[in-house]
Amino acid sequence: MRSSVIVFPGSNCDRDIAVALEKMQFKNQMVWHKDTSLPKTDLIVIPGGFSYGDYLRSGAIAGKSLIIDEVIKFAKKGCLVLGICNGFQILTETGLLKGTLLRNKNLKFINKDINIKVLNDKTKFTSKYKLNEILKINIAHNEGNYFTDSNHLEELEQNNLVAFKYCNEKGDIDEKSNPNGAINNIAGIFNSKKNILGMMPHPERMVDKIVSNKDGLNLFSSLLN
Amino acid sequence: MKITNQIIEKHGLKLEEYKVIQKLLKRDPNLLELGIFSAMWNEHCSYKSSRIHLKKLPTKGKKVIQGPGENAGVIDIGDNDAIVFKIESHNHPSYIEPYQGAATGVGGILRDVFTMGARPIALLNSIHFGSTSHPKTKNLLNGVVSGIGGYGNCIGVPTVAGETKFNETYNENILVNAMAVGLAKKSKIFYSKAKGLNKSVVYVGSKTGRDGIHGASMASAEFDENSEEKKPTVQVGDPFTEKLLLEACLELMKDDSIIAIQDMGAAGLTSSSVEMASKGSLGIQLELDEVPCREDNMTPYEMMLSESQERMLIILEDGKEEYAREIFQKWDLDFVVIGKTNNSNNLTLKFKNKIVGQIPIEILAAKAPVYDRKWIKKKIERKEIKIKQLKKVKLEDALIKILSSANHSNKSWVTNQYDQMVMCDTVQKSGSDAAVIRIHNKDKGIAVTVDSSANYCKSFPLTGGKQIVCENWRNLISVGANPLAITNCLNFGSPENKEIMGEFVECIQGIKEACEFLDFPVVSGNVSFYNGTNQKNIFPTPVIGGVGLVPDVSKTLNHNFKKENSTILLIGKTYGHIEQSCFLRENFSISEGYPPEVNLNNEKNNGEIVLRLIRKNLISSAHDVSSGGLLVALSEMSIGSKFGAKIFKPKNLTNKLEYFFGEDQGRYIIEVDKSNLKQVIEILNNDKIYYENIGKTQNKYFEVEGELNIGINDLFKINNQWYNNY
Amino acid sequence: MKLILVKLFQLNLKKNNLKFSVTVTLKKDVLDPQGKVIENTLVSMGMNDLKSIRQGKFFEIEVNDNDQIKAEKKVNDMCKKLLVNLIIEDYKINKLT
Repeated sequence: MRSSVIVFPGSNCDRDIAVALEKMQFKNQMVWHKDTSLPKTDLIVIPGGFSYGDYLRSGAIAGKSLIIDEVIKFAKKGCLVLGICNGFQILTETGLLKGTLLRNKNLKFINKDINIKVLNDKTKFTSKYKLNEILKINIAHNEGNYFTDSNHLEELEQNNLVAFKYCNEKGDIDEKSNPNGAINNIAGIFNSKKNILGMMPHPERMVDKIVSNKDGLNLFSSLLN
Repeated sequence: MKITNQIIEKHGLKLEEYKVIQKLLKRDPNLLELGIFSAMWNEHCSYKSSRIHLKKLPTKGKKVIQGPGENAGVIDIGDNDAIVFKIESHNHPSYIEPYQGAATGVGGILRDVFTMGARPIALLNSIHFGSTSHPKTKNLLNGVVSGIGGYGNCIGVPTVAGETKFNETYNENILVNAMAVGLAKKSKIFYSKAKGLNKSVVYVGSKTGRDGIHGASMASAEFDENSEEKKPTVQVGDPFTEKLLLEACLELMKDDSIIAIQDMGAAGLTSSSVEMASKGSLGIQLELDEVPCREDNMTPYEMMLSESQERMLIILEDGKEEYAREIFQKWDLDFVVIGKTNNSNNLTLKFKNKIVGQIPIEILAAKAPVYDRKWIKKKIERKEIKIKQLKKVKLEDALIKILSSANHSNKSWVTNQYDQMVMCDTVQKSGSDAAVIRIHNKDKGIAVTVDSSANYCKSFPLTGGKQIVCENWRNLISVGANPLAITNCLNFGSPENKEIMGEFVECIQGIKEACEFLDFPVVSGNVSFYNGTNQKNIFPTPVIGGVGLVPDVSKTLNHNFKKENSTILLIGKTYGHIEQSCFLRENFSISEGYPPEVNLNNEKNNGEIVLRLIRKNLISSAHDVSSGGLLVALSEMSIGSKFGAKIFKPKNLTNKLEYFFGEDQGRYIIEVDKSNLKQVIEILNNDKIYYENIGKTQNKYFEVEGELNIGINDLFKINNQWYNNY
Repeated sequence: MKLILVKLFQLNLKKNNLKFSVTVTLKKDVLDPQGKVIENTLVSMGMNDLKSIRQGKFFEIEVNDNDQIKAEKKVNDMCKKLLVNLIIEDYKINKLT
């Protein structure tokens, strides 16, 4: 399985995701944002960080970079694209995923471990998880408050396009367990073909027991299948 | 233009100092040259009031690769790995504009570290605000915390530890100290000493603007009618550009292109060029027309004194210009050759085909003034507080008061705003005695912590100085690290006041004695004088940042109780020293008396034995006893865990409040599993270490026999409310 | 009675409204990192005629006062006390409608 991580100026989780991918035996390579073609790859990952300093709107300027046209073409062919944190923001800016990420409702950067629930285990990204499994996972963002219009929201819920929702330790999806104000507690979504996943939490931070736990591992092992 | 007395004063120079300049130059300086002198001869660059005292600090050791004098200190952690670290203050800018002040403070210290060839792997901070009831405090707290987070989060370096304190002494002068820690290859450390003639001097990074130009501020009104537009402007941090600069520099450092490199920090182009030339005993000529400028019509004066951020000066090997230029252009950064080294021993500045300034390097650096300022010893009030004469207070109420106070409450409101996990090597986050960072791809790691005790230092600077070093040492030990070295940030009032100068001298003496005894050298640091306003100086606040080595991070210890029915041992003797305690301050607003005495012998023995027990995997958790005393330390061990404790009624004590809240030094609490107890006690007895068996862990409740019994969930709530209600 | 009072109050409000806009930008010499990045991006997208760009904030404010001078003074007060960080920002008040 080959993976490519796109590196923008200001990306800062690029090394972390590369470490996680390599740990899972992906053949990974880094792709610079000024490149105009993609290497042969099965998976593209847009990593977290502050591409272009989050200036203007987070993800807005990276969404206009040279490589992004190639990513769009790749995605439209039905190939796998994963956007984490800033990567999710970039995917919404390119239109590959609908909706947008607003500022956290408390107007502050939030870094902590939260719980999310797996709502669809029948996708290439989540097949190794169990339905309704609760994961403890780290978030680190200023703008993670997912918002979309009511038609799209209905589409997400009806068609099983919500990947993860914020919940408490017991799995209850309620306001108290929503860290950033995201609509319907949404932490990650798929596009309609389910070949693109955007998520705010950082699975690459949860692959090593010494620093955290291994709750993120199954996302990568799902992709290996 | 004539240099008047007023202009000299506006540049922060004394008239006597100006006379020295005239004598050394053998002529009057022009305004540009005066500006350069003011930048090089100010306290910040020249250490003129502190230098003779700083010399007393121990700076050498088996593990020290580079002591003070470079951009940062460097220590050896084996396997060709080196740790580069330093702490620095950004107090005044943060008081004026808290977000940008704090952010640029973080940016500056990061540059100090990656200038030396190290990739930054951790950030720490020590921030001190005025009284919580002071009208400015809330705003400053919000701004500083989000500024620190804003910069560190964006550049992608985890902020892993720190301290946030409140004390009315900082009402008009907050403290923002930032520490950065980086990892380099021991064989690939970069220094600031220039070498070789006719080498290219290269400017890289952001453009130069009119940021933070000091002395010019008022004087400029006299030589330009557009004075309003030329007012010095606050520096704005650009972490995005710094991230690019970091990556570009580290990329260039992979080969041997760089002869010398220096961050343009305070007094930017001036201090960086003078420093490099001075260390290499060379001259340097700068073509100021080449300096990349952000604004039109910038003068040589402004270029030389600008404090614009995210810039570096590099001296390159011959023939490496194009190679280096490509790297910086890849990262969208300016790269301009602005000068050459020469053998003139002068700093020569050319602008529009004219020499606009020329000063011998030696008189800017080596001949800068050094003062042996008057100082007096602190008179100690030997005032003993008789606890029996105070109003009666219940143990439980006193504990709750402390745990719910601003200074002792849980700081997750602060730390949740910092990305603590980026880089995925944070083994232990803030909230422990020390944070632990794994060395990437290895089993070993480092422990880092910052500490200060302004109240102790105010009441008895000598003991205070010793105490912070020891507390820092204990914090490193408690997580299972071998303490290696420290960096210090010395925040004091005006050195022209002999009492303040006395505080400085005695604190240094204390730091020196402790560092020497514990073999814990000082490898970098920063002095910040003139903290205070209108003759009201802040409490002396030396801040110590320590680094230790953890041989195997999977064996890192934290202070949370691990299981039921473990034995709780207290290492070190409890005398019940209550003066200067948090108990008296929070419950009775009493801040008189002297701090607990520091016995370096006990510190060393107790610390070494705890570390030995940790290495033998004999203890399950450890915590140093510091501010708040025994009972607060025990509650902290319960709050973060599922387990409480049952503390026995203490035997043969004079007073239970003194026993539980006294702040005697050199103490640790350790949790020992029943199966290890015999062995632990044997080791303690063999080494004649004083210990007490004070209780055992239990489920859900925090209890002192016959005194108090609180559910640990309630304890958690009590400890977690302050920030959320502020 | 209460209803009538509310109505009257609302009418008064309408009559007395004055609208202003406030534009806040970073002071001329203060580094504008966002503006810099936006500028570079627009140029690289082919907008070659772009000379410079600065980013700022925009507020629309309605004031309960029909005296323009007084109302403007109030807006000015709001700017100084909260909306603008005078240490690094400049602002301009414009009257709308």
